[in-house]
Amino acid sequence: MPFQIPEPSAYSRYAVVMKKIRKQFPKVLANDDVDLYVERGEIHAIVGENGAGKSTLMNQLYGLYSPDSGEILVGGEEVVIHGPKDAINAGIGMVHQHFMLVGPLTVAENIVLGNEPVGAMDVFRYQKARQEVQKISQAYGLTVDVDARIEDLPVGSQQRVEILKTLYRGAEILILDEPTAVLTPQETEDLFRVLKNLQKNGKTVIFITHKLNEVMAVSNNVTVMRLGKVTGRIPTSETSPRKLANMMVGREVLLRVEKSPHKPGSEILRVDSLKVKDNRGLMAVEGVSFTLHEGEILGIAGVAGNGQTELIESLAGLRKADSGSVFFEGADITQKAPRDIRELGISHIAEDRFKYAMVREFSVAFNMALGRHYKHPFAKSGFLREEEIYQNAKKLVEEFDVRPREIHILASNLSGGNQQKMVVAREFAYHPKCMLVAQPTRGLDIGAIEFIHKTLIHFRDSNVGILLVSMELEEIFSLCDRILVMYEGSFMGEVKPDEISLEEIGLMMAGQTWEQVEGERA
Amino acid sequence: MKTNLRRVLIPIVSVFISLLVASVIILWIGEGGFGERFVFLGDAYRAMLKGAFGDTAAWMDTIIKMTPLILTGLAVGFGFRAGVFNIGAEGQMAMGALTATLFAVNASSFPAFIAIPLTVIVGMLAGSVWAGIAGFLKAKTGAHEVITTIMLNWIAYNITNWAVSGPFNDGLNNPRSPEIAEATKLPNILSSQATFMSYGILIAIAAAVVIYVILYKTSMGYEIKSVGFNPYASEYGGINVSKNIILTMAISGALAGLAGTLESMGLYYRFYGTLTSGKGFDGISIALIGQNNPFGIIFASLLISGLRTGSNQMQYVGVPKHIVTIIQSIIIFLVAAERIITSLLRLDKRKGGAA
Repeated sequence: MPFQIPEPSAYSRYAVVMKKIRKQFPKVLANDDVDLYVERGEIHAIVGENGAGKSTLMNQLYGLYSPDSGEILVGGEEVVIHGPKDAINAGIGMVHQHFMLVGPLTVAENIVLGNEPVGAMDVFRYQKARQEVQKISQAYGLTVDVDARIEDLPVGSQQRVEILKTLYRGAEILILDEPTAVLTPQETEDLFRVLKNLQKNGKTVIFITHKLNEVMAVSNNVTVMRLGKVTGRIPTSETSPRKLANMMVGREVLLRVEKSPHKPGSEILRVDSLKVKDNRGLMAVEGVSFTLHEGEILGIAGVAGNGQTELIESLAGLRKADSGSVFFEGADITQKAPRDIRELGISHIAEDRFKYAMVREFSVAFNMALGRHYKHPFAKSGFLREEEIYQNAKKLVEEFDVRPREIHILASNLSGGNQQKMVVAREFAYHPKCMLVAQPTRGLDIGAIEFIHKTLIHFRDSNVGILLVSMELEEIFSLCDRILVMYEGSFMGEVKPDEISLEEIGLMMAGQTWEQVEGERA
Repeated sequence: MKTNLRRVLIPIVSVFISLLVASVIILWIGEGGFGERFVFLGDAYRAMLKGAFGDTAAWMDTIIKMTPLILTGLAVGFGFRAGVFNIGAEGQMAMGALTATLFAVNASSFPAFIAIPLTVIVGMLAGSVWAGIAGFLKAKTGAHEVITTIMLNWIAYNITNWAVSGPFNDGLNNPRSPEIAEATKLPNILSSQATFMSYGILIAIAAAVVIYVILYKTSMGYEIKSVGFNPYASEYGGINVSKNIILTMAISGALAGLAGTLESMGLYYRFYGTLTSGKGFDGISIALIGQNNPFGIIFASLLISGLRTGSNQMQYVGVPKHIVTIIQSIIIFLVAAERIITSLLRLDKRKGGAA
């Protein structure tokens, strides 16, 4: 049943009403007469592809941008929000994708920052701050160690601190911008529990996502956006992931990847008892061995932080191997520099795109030349060939649907998903023989994920050997020909996706070996 | 707001504001009624313009003073581009000048067309080695270049002072070296009264063009900027980060060394203990005002040297020359705190991107 636009007299039922919101950016109409109706006390999901205008809409509600036209009502009252301060006063809190926390300070200090309880002579009263934070944390079932330092906490707990921060400031309406993008599956479940708890306590939650299973799992109503417009608003119980995907993308989407049977060619990469240390000097990869063949996708499944990052970085030459060896087409490449490894035909989609995969201060075109900037066709006798660099970028933004189609803007001006597309486009454009791929679809929307999955399969079918690290089990299952499960730096076993269930892989990710899992079957 | 327009506007507006502030001060120190004070103000600025650009000799003086500033400005600006803070242009300039002079004093057997380029190369090499030490320490041990270059400044200061007061003294017990060989003196383009202007300015401008080409047109410049912006992504992209840090420092030091070398070859014809006298440090301000752009740096050097030569003339009408220091400081302050200007001009309208 289509959503009936409520009469103004019914607005008091809604925590937030945004009417005909319009926001024009220099190159793009980010919000084109967008309507949003969020009921009091519900969990409302806003879904859409990258660049659909979801974050822009929420940034206007939180006062980070002001709309060009349109009305905003909070609790039935029209409000004008000039900045986050106004939003906080109206009872709105926002948790951004990138946390705004002070690493060396404790949880309690971070939460009260800006509104610290003070005693005589403005002296900060830490004990009071602790008590207040503890009170809120108990009231909403958000357990945190108030004395822990932020930098020592895992991402999931840091996010909780962000949520507590908004509650401490009296938020009744919480906006979460892609809250699960950085979380492990377990942390995601914890977050959903927290959100439902908040709902029980009368809070209203708006969360932005492009993961449809999350929408289904936790929300009451969904607003779908595409290209700056609302394309649907529907109670979650009346829709399905497929319907939502179609509304998001505007066409039929295949949620499953079609692929031909596994026909591995000759061995291309061989890893022999490789040991790698992490940044703290602790052994992160504990002597793993495996082989990768041409024309196959070998997946490495596991919970984040079990050595996958260090393994891939070591293969790409970014991290020294402690011992063991790596052979590519029979030649030892263990201690080779990144450039030499790239020269051999190994490309790398790095897990941490901000840190490794791009130079934010470079233009899109320059980023798309990174790694080949010194040689044909992008350079000739030491001089850059700008024409070639621009042509290449023009072709790639078109092919990989990087939006906006601007190659001269700085990479930092692209949205997260489009930055990822830029990186992926560049690494595919190498025509590599072997690809080291870590979290290729992190932060991407369905349309882009589908495209990247298809491209990976296409490369596999044209005989490229692909090593895929992903925290998304679905991704591993649908793409890989073989799966290695990594736990605390070692492999728990090798399995084939059609021979094992998601639950069994889950057990292996928690440290059970394949033999143990297989034993339990009987 | 386009970044390019912003980069040009900020220094220009800063100059105007600083002149405005200076005007208030000049009005304040003037005497008599309102009208008289304004006449005084007019006199002061007229004197400044005359002192800087009033006649050929004034022009030449301004250009002579701007030559080393262009080069030290380039040295610092080039470093900034690669994320390296070379605070040691002063020491590199001194070492470059001293070494080049040492060579030039003993180069009488070469013809000029060999002696001049050789001396230039020797001076640049010395500057680049001196800066390269800091680059090497940063790349290999992580020692911060701000600390090491400052320490190297003191070492250079003491080495050069020791050299000109002892082993490399002119024999008359002045703190200066003997005169360089005739063949190594840079020829003059122009002379007027007692002022001689050498080809040094053309070399400095050529250096700016070369640096521009390196930064914007070569893959070396791509790598240097990339390392400055994001060393991790650079390493990922197959760029040798250590090599580029050392290379940047070496080029930066070569520019500073060239600044000192040209002072010796084209102006003093010997090494003085006071040859550098803060011009290396001026490079920091110049790079800032010039927004690290090679051509911006040329204009910034012209501005600062014009202010300085003009300030001498200002003194004759009764304005203390320190007013120029004030103007210069306000410009630098405003450029560094560019936020002030952008909010004044409302350039910082919340910029957006597609979400």
